[in-house]
Amino acid sequence: MKSLEELKAIRETMRGQMGLRSEDNDRIRVVVGMATCGIASGARPVLNTLSDTVQSKGLTNITVTQTGCIGLCKYEPIVEVMEPGKEKITYVKVTPEKALEIVDQHLIGGNIVKKYTIAEVVG
Amino acid sequence: MYRSHVLVCGGTGCTSSGSPRIIEVLNAEIEKNGLSDEISVVQTGCHGLCALGPIMIVYPGATFYSMVKEEDIPEIVSEHLLKGRVVTRLVYDETISEEGIRSLNETDFYKKQHRIALRNCGVINPESIDEYIATNGYEALGKVLTEYTPDQVIQVILDSGLRGRGGGGFPTGLKWKFAKGYEGDQKYICCNADEGDPGAFMDRSVLEGDPHVVLEAMAIAGYAVGANQGYIYVRAEYPIAVQRLNIAIEQAREYGLLGKNIFNSGFDFDIDLRLGAGAFVCGEETALMTSIEGNRGEPRPRPPFPAEKGLFEKPTLLNNVETYANIPPIILNGPAWFASMGTEKSKGTKVFALGGKINNTGLVEIPMGTTLREVVEEIGGGIPNGKKFKAAQTGGPSGGCIPADHLDVPIDYDNLINIGSMMGSGGLIVMDEDNCMVDIAKFFLEFTVEESCGKCTPCRIGTKRLYEMLERITEGNATMDDIDKMEELCYYIKENALCGLGQTAPNPVLSTLRYFRDEYVAHVVDKKCPAGVCKALLSYHIDPDKCKGCTLCARICPSSAISGKVKETHVIDQSKCLKCGACVEKCRFGAISKK
Repeated sequence: MKSLEELKAIRETMRGQMGLRSEDNDRIRVVVGMATCGIASGARPVLNTLSDTVQSKGLTNITVTQTGCIGLCKYEPIVEVMEPGKEKITYVKVTPEKALEIVDQHLIGGNIVKKYTIAEVVG
Repeated sequence: MYRSHVLVCGGTGCTSSGSPRIIEVLNAEIEKNGLSDEISVVQTGCHGLCALGPIMIVYPGATFYSMVKEEDIPEIVSEHLLKGRVVTRLVYDETISEEGIRSLNETDFYKKQHRIALRNCGVINPESIDEYIATNGYEALGKVLTEYTPDQVIQVILDSGLRGRGGGGFPTGLKWKFAKGYEGDQKYICCNADEGDPGAFMDRSVLEGDPHVVLEAMAIAGYAVGANQGYIYVRAEYPIAVQRLNIAIEQAREYGLLGKNIFNSGFDFDIDLRLGAGAFVCGEETALMTSIEGNRGEPRPRPPFPAEKGLFEKPTLLNNVETYANIPPIILNGPAWFASMGTEKSKGTKVFALGGKINNTGLVEIPMGTTLREVVEEIGGGIPNGKKFKAAQTGGPSGGCIPADHLDVPIDYDNLINIGSMMGSGGLIVMDEDNCMVDIAKFFLEFTVEESCGKCTPCRIGTKRLYEMLERITEGNATMDDIDKMEELCYYIKENALCGLGQTAPNPVLSTLRYFRDEYVAHVVDKKCPAGVCKALLSYHIDPDKCKGCTLCARICPSSAISGKVKETHVIDQSKCLKCGACVEKCRFGAISKK
C-alpha cells in the first residue's frame, strides 16, 4: 500500500457491496415481487439486475429487496420504488432491460420512467 | 455480485452452539435452490447475544434469526432468500413488533449499547481485509503516516481521554508518551491478548471478529513511539482468534500495510504472534514480556517500567486488545468525539461480558456512566426465574462484588474502585439469592491459588492460607477470630505481593466481607449457609405432614439414604446423605426441604 488513493480505490469497490448491510431508515427501497407468480414471469433476473447495478454503481443509499405477491399477478414482474416522503411508484411487466432504465433514469436521475408505471400500462 | 448477504456468527459462542454446521447446510441448500450466484454466506465475528446462538442475519433488511437449527434452513432458504417472505416464527422475538419486524438496534439488548470497539464484530467477514477496508479500515494508519507527526498522534490519544481497557485504567496517551520519551536503538509494541479472567471474552471477540483493527492500531502506536516490531501475546486456548490473526497478518503484509515503507512514508512495521500457554499471571505486563522472551512467565518488580526497560530490556509499549480497538476510530473521528462519551474521568465505552444469573448472557458495549441497573435489568433482560438480584461481580479474581444498594452507581473506573470493586478487563457476573457470597470468594481464591506463579511468598503462601480459612468457614469449622485474622491477612497480601495478581487477589474476600459480613457470621456462628450452597452446613429433611409415602425419593436416592415403607412417612439418614438434592427435585408433594 503506497498511498491513501490506493486504499480509497479498494474502499470504493467494496462500498457498493457493503451498502447491502446498511440499516438507515432514510433509504430508498426498491422492492421486487418474488412470489410464485413473480418468479414465473421472470422476476429473478430483474431482481438480480437491479441488485447488481445498484451495487456496482455504488448507490449505497438504495436497498434492493424482494417481497411476496403484491396481488396483481397479471402484471408481474412488479417493481416498487419507495422513497422516504414520496409517493410509492409501481412499475409493472419489468424486464432486466427496463430495470436498467429505471436505475439510470429514476434512481440516479430522479425522473420517473412513466411509460413503465402501472398508471400508464394499466391505465 | 450478490443480491443478499447472509451473515452467520462464527464467534466462539455460536461456534459451540453449532454455527459451522449451519453454514454448511445453508450453503448446500442455497446451491440446491440455484441461488449460489445470488446469495452470499458470510461468517462473521460475535454479535454479542451469545445466549441466542447460532445467530443469522439476512441483508438487506437485517432480519435477525436466533437459535437457528439445521432443520430450519430449507424453510429460510425457500421462503426468505428466494421469495422474500421472512420466516417470522424463527426471528428473534424481541425484533417482532405490531408494525412488523423492527430493527435490532431498537431491541432492549442493543438499544442502550454503543459499539465502538465492537463496531465491526458481526458486521464484516474477519477473514477479508477488503471488508475491513470498506469500513474505513487502515484509513487511520494512512492518515497518521501521511499527515501527523508522532507527537501529534500522542496528543490526539491524550486529548481523547482513553484509559487502558485491560483493567488498571492508566491513561493510554501518557503511556505512549513515556514509551516515546525513552531512547533506544530498538523499541517494541506489544498487545496483551492473554485474557484470563473467568468468564471474560471481550478481547477474544475483537480478535475473532475484527483482527485487523488490532494490527492497524499497533502500527499507529509503533509510528507514535518509534517502534518497528510488534508482538501479539495471545492465548493458545483461543484457536479461532489465533487463526484469524494469522490470516489478517498475512493479508496486511500482502497489501503492504505491514512491512517496509508503509504508505510510502519510510515507516517500517511488522507484527508476530506469540502464543501463551494459559498461565493467568502472563496477563501481568512484566510476566507477559518475560514469557515472550522465552522464559518462564514470572513477573518482576517495577520500576523499571516497560516504557524504559521492557521486552528484551528495550523500551516497550504494551496495551490491551480493547484499548487498541478504540485507537483507529479516535484518529478518524477526532479526540473530541471520543471525549464526548462517558463520564468526567472515564471516556468512551467499555465492553462487558455478561454472565451468571442473567437472561441475555453475552457481550455488551456501553458508554461509561451507564448504571449497573441498566446493564442488568434492561440490556441483560433481568434475572431468570423471577429471582432477586444479590450482587454483581466485576473485575474477575482481582475485583469485587457490588451489592444491590449500588445498582444505580454509574459505571466508570473511579466509581467502581470507590465501592470496593474494579473495572478489570470487563467480566460481569450476576448473582442472585441462590449464590453464597462466601462460596463466591472461595471460588475466586481457588483460582488465584491455582494461578499464583509462586515467585513471591505473600501470594504463594498467603492466598493458600486465605483459601484454607474460607474453606473452614464454609465447612462450619471457623471462629469469629478467623474472620479477623483473614481480614488482616488480606491487607498483608495486598501490600506485600510482587505483582498485580497477588495485590488484588484478596479483593473478592474484602468486598464480600464489606457488603455481606452477615453471611460470613451466619456460617461461623449459626453454622448455616443462608443461600443453601455450602454442603457441609446443609441438611435435607422430609416433612411428615406432606410426605405421602410414594417411595419415589427412596428409589432415586443415589446413596440409599432414604428409607420408608409404601404409604408411610420416609426418613433421611443424615450420615448417608450426599446432599445432592435429587430427592428435592423429584418429590411431587414438596415434602423435602433443605435447612
